[in-house]
Amino acid sequence: MLLSERVMEKLEILADAAKYDVSCASGQSKRENKNKGIGNSSGFGICHAYTEDGRCVSLLKILLTNHCIFDCAYCVSRKSNDIKRAAFTVEEVVDITISFYRRNYIEGLFLSSGIFSNPDYTMERLVRIAKKLRKEENFNGYIHLKAIPGASDELIREAGLYADRLSVNVEMPTEQSLKLLAPDKNHQDVIRPMTFLKEEIAGRKEEKKIIKKAPLFAPAGQSTQMVIGATKETDLEILAMTDYFYGKMNLRRVCYSGYVPISTDNRLPALGTPVPIIRENRLYQADWLLRFYGFKVNELVGWDQPDLDLDIDPKLAWALRNPEQFPVDINTADLEMIKRIPGVGVKSAQRIVQSRRYRRLKPEHLQTMGIAYNRAKYFLAFSTPFSLHKDLTQEQIKQQILKLQQSKYEKNFSSQITLF
Amino acid sequence: MITLACDGTFEGWLTALFDIYEYRFTDVEFSSEGVSANMFSTTRQVTTDLLKAERVKKGLKQRLSQQGYQQLYHTFFSEIENAEQQMWLFAQYVFASKINVEGDQRNPVVWNILKAAQMVRRESHRMKAFVRFQLTKDQIYYAVVEPDCDVLTLIAKHFSDRYADQRWLIYDDKRKYGIYYDLNSVSVVEMTFNELSGGVEIWDDKELFFQQLWQRYFGSVNIKARKNMKLHLQHMPKRYWRHLTEKKTGL
Ligand code: SF4
Repeated sequence: MLLSERVMEKLEILADAAKYDVSCASGQSKRENKNKGIGNSSGFGICHAYTEDGRCVSLLKILLTNHCIFDCAYCVSRKSNDIKRAAFTVEEVVDITISFYRRNYIEGLFLSSGIFSNPDYTMERLVRIAKKLRKEENFNGYIHLKAIPGASDELIREAGLYADRLSVNVEMPTEQSLKLLAPDKNHQDVIRPMTFLKEEIAGRKEEKKIIKKAPLFAPAGQSTQMVIGATKETDLEILAMTDYFYGKMNLRRVCYSGYVPISTDNRLPALGTPVPIIRENRLYQADWLLRFYGFKVNELVGWDQPDLDLDIDPKLAWALRNPEQFPVDINTADLEMIKRIPGVGVKSAQRIVQSRRYRRLKPEHLQTMGIAYNRAKYFLAFSTPFSLHKDLTQEQIKQQILKLQQSKYEKNFSSQITLF
Repeated sequence: MITLACDGTFEGWLTALFDIYEYRFTDVEFSSEGVSANMFSTTRQVTTDLLKAERVKKGLKQRLSQQGYQQLYHTFFSEIENAEQQMWLFAQYVFASKINVEGDQRNPVVWNILKAAQMVRRESHRMKAFVRFQLTKDQIYYAVVEPDCDVLTLIAKHFSDRYADQRWLIYDDKRKYGIYYDLNSVSVVEMTFNELSGGVEIWDDKELFFQQLWQRYFGSVNIKARKNMKLHLQHMPKRYWRHLTEKKTGL
């Protein structure tokens, strides 16, 4: 019993330390249950529970250890921080993962770690856990491993054979910030394994096209995360990095994690500073626009306006800045332009293009197509004159929409505004 | 007026449809109780016939997209009022039209099916997420659920695919039956399972430990600075808490 008491304590410490590391839920992966083993991953992972802050719990997300030889200022596990330390054994992590999975608590494991003794030593253990799960336990659930910066290519390659997704976290959006807050790390240690993984993933994909039986290699790709609000980067700088990761590194996801103050270090926001939840949300929205709506970074932010609007979403903001693009006639406009209308999502845009083949669309048709009509109406043109809002200024439109949505963030928003 | 009494299976309902067209019944009503409450109606017991059912199924599938057919099928498990009747109204519309009518959402007959199916799908999703197995001494993973709709049939495959190497039983305490997987296939088991909710003797030695461990984990992943109970309750409505390990008290 003493032993299990200790495991409980460890879990508490190591889950607590891992929670500030955002996992963008679990990635998409397809792994079938082979030879009557345990588990599978199919498409989107299931959220088995939700925390009291409303986030999805789908993975057992823990650190192997929170001992660390580094001293990154923004991190709870940093060497100089006076906290309880713990480390799991390989067997313990395997055992907890399997036991939780069998009880339908989780979709899989998200394992990260502080760095003990050196990067390879740590990475080797992470790999051993994934290997044991796959090979000995015949586990086909989801596994996300953190690639430890500075670990050898060999180990990272091996990790890819067992994990569904690998992530190398940049943590700080720019090299200067990383230097300032994580003096032991260097930007190259992050970029190098990312590049390596990118090439490896692409190569394995080619191989799989030719040889069907070739093993899976990180089928859910790689992702990274940036802490925002800890340093003074603008959204422009952050989104430029994002663009680089998607465009040049073929990353599947970039995650943004609003900095939760955990330190009195004067390089960082003071304790009690609110978590920039709205900003984080706006960045996710912008990220979405880049990936699925055909927007370019310089359409969302620019030198003259380096930060996203907090009170309205980036798509609406773009529309208001570009009145000459509107109104759009949904009966003739191309799909790309329809996607850009505020209140119209990718799915509804496709639906519009599909159904207008049968008949001319009128305002009343839109209401049943999953469109936020109250928002979209300011930007639509119909064949029969529909000039209801023709004379409104951009500012008036904004105010009307704002009133309409009664900003669900209002409370957070007012406390945050004092920051600026 | 004719009242049709089926045996409570989807195939039974399909057979009833076959009979309606075969005997050209015009004014029909479905009853699940077997005897009609309507004194001006004669009750006809429908004997489920898989061949007839198959033919009706084929006819429906020809006239609906796969998704449209699924919606109808799912409605059967919705337990909305007069589900069989509503499904019949929908099917009637389907067979009477030359084109696929499933997109005609402005027709209440279609809309009702759509809504019911949506509810069933949501409930199936919830059950895939909210089932919590507890390991018994004889190494069966056992879970109790009380879903809003009768979804066990719909989630069986998900669980047998995923947990192919463990014996498990999911028991619906509202409807007093369960599905049991014996390492080969899933079967329906009828029982009242009160004795299991009792003593600790029946659980595996480590069961309590893993439940406590999970509770601790759940507690420690919460970020207090971001607390948002409204969102929490929206995702995990209170009526499900009774069977959620992480929400149990006094472990
Ligand atoms: S290396 Fe990782 S765990 Fe260690 S202090 Fe830096 S961020 Fe924290």
